[in-house]
Amino acid sequence: MTIYIDENTKVLVQGMTGNQGSFHAKQMLDYGTNIVAGTSPGKEGQTVEGKPIYNTVSSAVKNHQIDASILYIPAPFAKDAALEAIDAGVKLVVCITEHVPVQDAMKIIAFAKEKGTTVVGPNTFGLVSSGKCKIGIPPNQFFIPGNIGVVSRSGTLSYEIVGNLTDAKMGTTTVVGLGGDRVVGLNYIDVLTRFEEDKETKAIVMIGEIGGSSEEDAAEFIKGNVSKPVVAYLAGKSAPIGKRMGHAGAIIEKGKGTFEGKVEALTAAGVKVAELPFQVPELLKKVL
Amino acid sequence: MKLLEYMGKELFKKYNIPVPQGGIAATTDEAGNVAADLNEAVVKSQILSGKRGKAGGIKFVSGVDEAKNAASDLLGKDLKGFKVETVLVEEKLAIEKEFYLAITLDGSKRKPIILASAEGGMDIEDVPEDKMIRYAVSVNLGVQPYLGKDIADKLGLSGDLVKQFTKILINLYRMFEELDAELVEINPLVIASGNLIAADSKVTIDDDALYRHKDLPLVEERTEAEQKAHKLGLSYVELDGDIAIMANGAGITMATLDIIQHYGGQPSNFLDAGGGASVEATAKALEILLATDPKVILINIFGGITRCDDVANAFVTVNKDQEIPVPVVIRLVGTNEDQGIALLKEYGIEAYRTMDDAAKKAVQLAKQ
Repeated sequence: MTIYIDENTKVLVQGMTGNQGSFHAKQMLDYGTNIVAGTSPGKEGQTVEGKPIYNTVSSAVKNHQIDASILYIPAPFAKDAALEAIDAGVKLVVCITEHVPVQDAMKIIAFAKEKGTTVVGPNTFGLVSSGKCKIGIPPNQFFIPGNIGVVSRSGTLSYEIVGNLTDAKMGTTTVVGLGGDRVVGLNYIDVLTRFEEDKETKAIVMIGEIGGSSEEDAAEFIKGNVSKPVVAYLAGKSAPIGKRMGHAGAIIEKGKGTFEGKVEALTAAGVKVAELPFQVPELLKKVL
Repeated sequence: MKLLEYMGKELFKKYNIPVPQGGIAATTDEAGNVAADLNEAVVKSQILSGKRGKAGGIKFVSGVDEAKNAASDLLGKDLKGFKVETVLVEEKLAIEKEFYLAITLDGSKRKPIILASAEGGMDIEDVPEDKMIRYAVSVNLGVQPYLGKDIADKLGLSGDLVKQFTKILINLYRMFEELDAELVEINPLVIASGNLIAADSKVTIDDDALYRHKDLPLVEERTEAEQKAHKLGLSYVELDGDIAIMANGAGITMATLDIIQHYGGQPSNFLDAGGGASVEATAKALEILLATDPKVILINIFGGITRCDDVANAFVTVNKDQEIPVPVVIRLVGTNEDQGIALLKEYGIEAYRTMDDAAKKAVQLAKQ
């Protein structure tokens, strides 16, 4: 089993005629993702990679069953595109876009909650159910099926660690990118809950970073609710206070969200924390 | 983007949040002119840092001459790493009580959160948790009057002050939302002569939303090199060490810094060249690093969207234009790695396959 998405998930690509949209649509199709349509205002009737383009999400859902939508939309327009998908009844909306204003993110998430939609991101690499479906931008070759569930706040760092797992002959069930922003839809607790329920997932890897309190919240949750072994790696040990390390969320403010605090909370919850990224497979072998 | 106190207070005024009488001054004469309209006054250094009082950045004065003297003392002074370029001259308030009030983001609730306390004036991280009132605001409803009344009651306010507080809270929330703020803070919010007044301001605007707030003053916190990198779309932060770092992606860049430190080295920067950076952008990034005069440069690329041959080509481009006087350690893996590694070999550079080996080598070279 995989979580959130599988080979049957029917995917819409918003902004499919654009540079990023068309490039990644091709990559996703190559991976095996079941893309059924795309949108791009004013371009209805065109096709990209043989898939029909519609002006709006609502006309796409009239003609196709759509289970999930992915946004390749520039930041100033991402809020509107996400709201459009949510309003049209799409139940999973993946927002790749970086630099979405945080108040826009809060409005997207509030509306999604009202409509019962799951929002992944903003500023996420997406999610991959290995061998079945990729909704996002990670390089295809590293995601092979196996029994490790991965949940992460960071893109390339996840590719690095999943690459290490692949080298160690360990595959993944689903790899979920939460997004690097301060306010994102899906959080660790949501994903940990799904991995705990998923029969195929035997162990969980959490990839975190400094800033915010989501790792601490996850640690609290793991204590009472997660029986499967969890291995974590956290980036930002050497980051100075008050300097934003690329991600909007990766900043230590007023002593909150520190590396030490997170390691302490996770360790207390029984999570094995790797000191270096390539130690993750070794730690997994010990707990599996 | 953080705003200076006086900028925040200008915005408070616009949003009908009462502030003390006064004005901004960049010269001693201007400070004197503002003080002429006031009796007892306070002269406050305008820098992007708290705890200005303890650092000697705030002076109480009486009359024009004292105000001028205070301004002359403070202007041009180096305070907590910032140069004082302006002072705010304001009436001295007869403070009866101080409160704390702020609206910021709560990442775990994905909502704005109101923070209020009757223990105002002090550093907020020193306020005990049980003395802090927290209220997550519904994004759909915003702040309704009942909420103002409820928090005012919990703060121990009564009579007309409840009405005043409610008005301030509603206006502060409107400001938070309309200006795309990450933080609006009044610390302290004071009772003086029976009225609530915002005695200080701290306002941070979301950098990602600045494009829709062209009318706001621009406050630059970044160093020159950081600004240059920012214009190129790179995320760059200067640090104190001697190993220059470039990687693609925020998380992996942070992890690279961590590994360098793990092996006993000191990174001189954080440079995230992003995903899918072009040859030109990568070359520019490399030039920025060279300008900082490091002992070693470490490039750590896990190619996904970023192509390894592009990174190698960027290195070759820079190498043609200028002699690279320091050793460069490159780790290349992922998309088109064979082409990238072959290209670098022509220039006598051996690329590493793992982050671990590359980091060890960089630290070793820096120590030579």
